[in-house]
Amino acid sequence: MATATARTASTSAHTELERRMLRQMLLIRRFEEKAAEAYALGKIGGFCHLYIGQEAVGVGSLAALREDDYVISSYREHGQALARGVPANAVMAELFGKATGCSKGKGGSMHLFDAGRRFLGGHGIVGGHIPLAAGIGFAIRYKGGDQVCICYFGEAAVNIGAFHEALNMASVYKLPVIFCCENNRYGMGTAFERVAAVTDVVEHACSYDMAAELVDGMDVLAVYAATERAADRARSGGHPTLLEVRTYRYMGHSMSDPLHGVYRTKEEVEEQRKRDPISQLALKLKEEGALDDAALDALDAEVRAQTDEAVRFAEASPDPEPAELTTHVLAD
Amino acid sequence: MATLTYRDALNQALREEMQRDPNVFLMGEEVGVYQGAYKVSRGLLEEFGPKRIVDTPIAELGFAGVGVGAAMAGLRPVIEFMTWNFAVLALDQIVNSAAKILYESGGQVPIPIVFRGPNGAALQLAAQHSQAWESWLAHIPGLKVVAPATPADAKGLLKSAIRDNNPVIVLEGEMLYNLKGEVPDGEHIVPIGRAEVKRPGSDVTLICHSKTVAVALKAAEQLAEHEGASAEVLDLRSLRPLDEAAILESVARTNRAVVVEEGWPHSGLGAQVVDVIQRDAFDQLDAPVLRVTQADVPMPYNKQLERLAKPSPDRVVAAARRVLYLD
Ligand SMILES: Cc1ncc(C[n+]2csc(CCOP(=O)(O)OP(=O)(O)O)c2C)c(N)n1
Ligand SMILES: [Mg+2]
Repeated sequence: MATATARTASTSAHTELERRMLRQMLLIRRFEEKAAEAYALGKIGGFCHLYIGQEAVGVGSLAALREDDYVISSYREHGQALARGVPANAVMAELFGKATGCSKGKGGSMHLFDAGRRFLGGHGIVGGHIPLAAGIGFAIRYKGGDQVCICYFGEAAVNIGAFHEALNMASVYKLPVIFCCENNRYGMGTAFERVAAVTDVVEHACSYDMAAELVDGMDVLAVYAATERAADRARSGGHPTLLEVRTYRYMGHSMSDPLHGVYRTKEEVEEQRKRDPISQLALKLKEEGALDDAALDALDAEVRAQTDEAVRFAEASPDPEPAELTTHVLAD
Repeated sequence: MATLTYRDALNQALREEMQRDPNVFLMGEEVGVYQGAYKVSRGLLEEFGPKRIVDTPIAELGFAGVGVGAAMAGLRPVIEFMTWNFAVLALDQIVNSAAKILYESGGQVPIPIVFRGPNGAALQLAAQHSQAWESWLAHIPGLKVVAPATPADAKGLLKSAIRDNNPVIVLEGEMLYNLKGEVPDGEHIVPIGRAEVKRPGSDVTLICHSKTVAVALKAAEQLAEHEGASAEVLDLRSLRPLDEAAILESVARTNRAVVVEEGWPHSGLGAQVVDVIQRDAFDQLDAPVLRVTQADVPMPYNKQLERLAKPSPDRVVAAARRVLYLD
């Protein structure tokens, strides 16, 4: 009886987790759709890179980590910030450049920060933040903590020196870092195989004697499980892991790039959408009887309301004071 | 007061700050087992162990970035570049990460880090190994830049740099490491942002920093001896922030200035100093401000050519004669 109860409890805990991940993925999807609308209306400026299609990567991996773990990412980081629990209001306000944004309107879409949640940016130089992740891992090890640092970057960053220097040092120093490569097959308009001699990113791990896993990035549970294994490896001996998570971006590279452009076909995008991570998880939960259409609709309505509120909040928020121009150049 | 070499003064600063704060660590090529390419870290591995004296691969971009990441997570790294010529590979991390993260995070993530190593020409190391980088670095908001000329300033400024909550660039001089000088006993701190008059004078101000301080001091001697002119030698010490008040105060007394630097003339640091003077001391000037710089060429290997390329006391005297209208 006791084991049966425990099993039921853990099954329902797992269903709860899956439901939470479904909600987060939906939130990101709706948030990004809103961001696209706001961009078209000129309320968001500059570069703006959407996460639509890749939701399972940020959501699955961050669900497997602890609150005291560190997160660092590239410019395509709205989804990870939301999955980390940075309030949608603060993220949207940052995209709008408002004083209430998570970086006080001074970072924008590419530089979301929330130090309290150990979300250490949004970085805009391809691959430039990968050594920073190794450094965060270095600090964790130095202080004797058992946290990990997860670092997200695109597959195109694998061609840059910073990736290789960072992986080598992380392995030599045994740093608790999860290098999470989101392989969405393109760096802007360049297909990875056109510019990479080795097209399976995981293969690079052997150059650095590092554990690696190839993960289906359209399956949030697979991402969750692989991250959990990588985190265990990091916590138990400070061993880094390279995860290659195969995913796909449905939208253009940034808001200034058309939906599929000339470098890929409409058919390819449609084909990929059939493996949509949100639909897949919703279907699984429905098959298990843990979700029905009404519940899914209710969930969707809930996150839509949340993103509507985020836009309202961002719009109503003030610009930073002119005096903010010269603050935070140097610390006291 | 103890007499120390510039190298040992830096070593003392590192040792004292590492003893004082367990979050301070030193990272770079050859800093540990080899005891430092220029022996600045001599004995530190023995005292602090490999956790805090960290040898790295030859990966300037990588270990500079590791330093910035460690600073983001609460440590106080000192990153040694074997020379600043190689740090150019790490400029992305210095400029795009270290100098920007505080601002783009809206003040949430300070980066307390020191990047240090020898800067400028030594002897016959040729073009790639003989470059002065101060104007590149001092250009960047979000960085502080210091360039000590004496053992006392080396110790005091490095200690300030390590305690500062911002990225601080410490430009050392390879030719200065053996220079001896008096260093005050006990806790010796030199605040960042303060120039110092190294020799008082009344007829012309020679504005200099790092290795050119010795050049200017020699020139001042020659001017006194041969021209009967009294030159004031003002050592900037800190290049960002620049001690504008000290520059203006001196020029207000001498009414003439020559700026001496190891960098190239075009867009050089001296141009910034001249800007300060023309803007705020225009009415006090009795002559145009002149600059003595490295020749506007890559550094040649040949000894005679190299000598011609570098700022020398003779060239400083010649410039001073011109602003004193002695020619
Ligand atoms: C060093 C550098 N070079 C070029 C760019 C311009 N750029 C921005 S994103 C990008 C493509 C990166 O692709 P990938 O790493 O696969 O990430 P994704 O955008 O697919 O998420 C390029 C070339 C940059 N930001 N940094
Ligand atoms: Mg990509």
